[in-house]
Amino acid sequence: MATSTGRVPSTARDRAAGADGARGRRGGEPGRVRLALTRHWYAWAMIAPVIVVTCVLVGWPLARGVYLSLTDATEANVGRTIGVNVIPATYEFVGLDNYLSILSSGLFWERLGWTVLWTAVCVGLHYGLGLGLAMLLHRKVRGRSVYRVLLILPWAIPGFVSAFIWRYLFNSDYGVINAMLKAAGLGAVGWLDDPTTAKIAVIAVNVWLGVPFMMVALLGGLQSIPGELYEAAEVDGATPWQRFRHITLPGLRSVSSTVVLLGTIWTFNQFPVIYLITKGGPGSSTEILVTYAFREAFTGVRNYSGSATWGVLILALLVVLATVYRRALRRQGEVW
Amino acid sequence: MSTVATTPKARPRGERGPLASILLHATLVAATLISIFPVVWLVLTSLKPRDGWLSSELEIFNRPSLDNYARVLGETAFPTWLLNSVLAAALTTVLGVFVASTTGYAISRFRFPGHRGVMWLLLVTQMFPVAILIVPLYNLMAGLGLLNQIPGLVVAYLTVAVPFCAWMMKSYFDTIPREIDQAGMVDGLTPFGTFWRVVLPLARPSLAVTAFYSFMTAWGEVAYATVFMSQEEKRTLGVGLQQFVGQHWSDWGLLTASAVLIAIPAAIVFLLVQRHLVTGLTAGATKS
Repeated sequence: MATSTGRVPSTARDRAAGADGARGRRGGEPGRVRLALTRHWYAWAMIAPVIVVTCVLVGWPLARGVYLSLTDATEANVGRTIGVNVIPATYEFVGLDNYLSILSSGLFWERLGWTVLWTAVCVGLHYGLGLGLAMLLHRKVRGRSVYRVLLILPWAIPGFVSAFIWRYLFNSDYGVINAMLKAAGLGAVGWLDDPTTAKIAVIAVNVWLGVPFMMVALLGGLQSIPGELYEAAEVDGATPWQRFRHITLPGLRSVSSTVVLLGTIWTFNQFPVIYLITKGGPGSSTEILVTYAFREAFTGVRNYSGSATWGVLILALLVVLATVYRRALRRQGEVW
Repeated sequence: MSTVATTPKARPRGERGPLASILLHATLVAATLISIFPVVWLVLTSLKPRDGWLSSELEIFNRPSLDNYARVLGETAFPTWLLNSVLAAALTTVLGVFVASTTGYAISRFRFPGHRGVMWLLLVTQMFPVAILIVPLYNLMAGLGLLNQIPGLVVAYLTVAVPFCAWMMKSYFDTIPREIDQAGMVDGLTPFGTFWRVVLPLARPSLAVTAFYSFMTAWGEVAYATVFMSQEEKRTLGVGLQQFVGQHWSDWGLLTASAVLIAIPAAIVFLLVQRHLVTGLTAGATKS
């Protein structure tokens, strides 16, 4: 079957796909293009829909977003059509001004600090709790399938519904959490009215939402570790901690590296939880980078260029993160 | 919820003392309670009579009522939103699963120029923050006349769902031996026939996960829907529900009832596929 290596001239698609084009960029006789077509048309046809849609709906907006970030476009000066009147766009190219003003403002660093804290705490708790529960469920325990279904339940509820439920639970007047606190003799807390408690609240919700995914993925990982390894270790007199440290963790490495990276990206971009529970408030204390960029773009005078600049910065951060992460994994001998 | 192993040292593997068993079950029960409590509370609140949500007391067993449901279905635009959401989610699921599996199959089985590029593209696309795409995408949709159109929304959702799904399908196809494909070819099937009739049926667990993920992406999305579907009668559930608990007026009775109605289809889809979730995700996670 078509398992040839990529020794053909690179195609437009190859380049559009971005990275690692160098690999297929050797050769160059004209007949090779046709050869490549006859050999690979089938694979290309199968991926074509994804590539086309991605390029149109991600590639183009991305290019456009990068361009907007270099201008001073706002709602007031972009071109639009009202009835038969066409109002031409009057925004101008301003170079890196947007970046300079955002990077030199305290706001960006403040939001970045909170976003990093939010991501680290959430992913840490997702992973820790997910691993703990997965290890418990991996044991022979009565009612395991019932526990599993109930524990995955938060995953089955659409994110925005969960966000609304929790907003109700946290409500300071008739939320059940305050009712419980009062019943326990403690005072009511205005959960979403104070920056610190609001932060705790959104983290709690996101942890509740994200643990099931980690748990399921890690449970699958645990099941793929051969039981003989544990038996052999036990014969050799390894303590439970040693078995965990030297068998379980290494056995879970490839699952872990994938889910932690995905979890980090998802949490970093977690929009509904923040937007629906606190709207970024009180003030803008719980606003993470993504929700702030959204607010810039769609509230008040729509600041398209500012929002695009935030977007480019967010994307740059994530790309750097993913690259560093992959490098680190590769250095440890992980092939990926 | 502790990660501490509860097995005492000197016992043979697979057996536990009674104390360890109690601890294990206690931990699991506690975790389960935390996981289901908000959902249970949601259902209970929705069954309270009108304005019953104003108190956090459990008077539910005294006078349960379907009043909130009647109001949601009869007096609000909820049915319209529901229809829009169902359409968007169904289309996203069907198209997403199909496209993700062909893509996944191609990058799993064929080595073609651009192979690594496609893998990278799929990974990088998952990182794209909504924030950077949403304004240009809004303009693009406006230009194509796709604002307030369900197909426009579906296409936007596909860009979110397909990269992850294709990645998962690829990982699962990697675990299916190539000999099976070759056998299909020997029997005279075309490459597409091999894929469709031989390999795809074997990939059912992964298909289930993919369908679930696509469905949930569309069913629970808020940002794109908020911006693209501004017309009242085009709203989806995620957008519409925000109205019930606005800044100046809120009716949690309406909200909880509609939340239950929304969660039910999601839970049904979930129950149908949950057996496959572990298998599907494992292959997806361990082999990539």
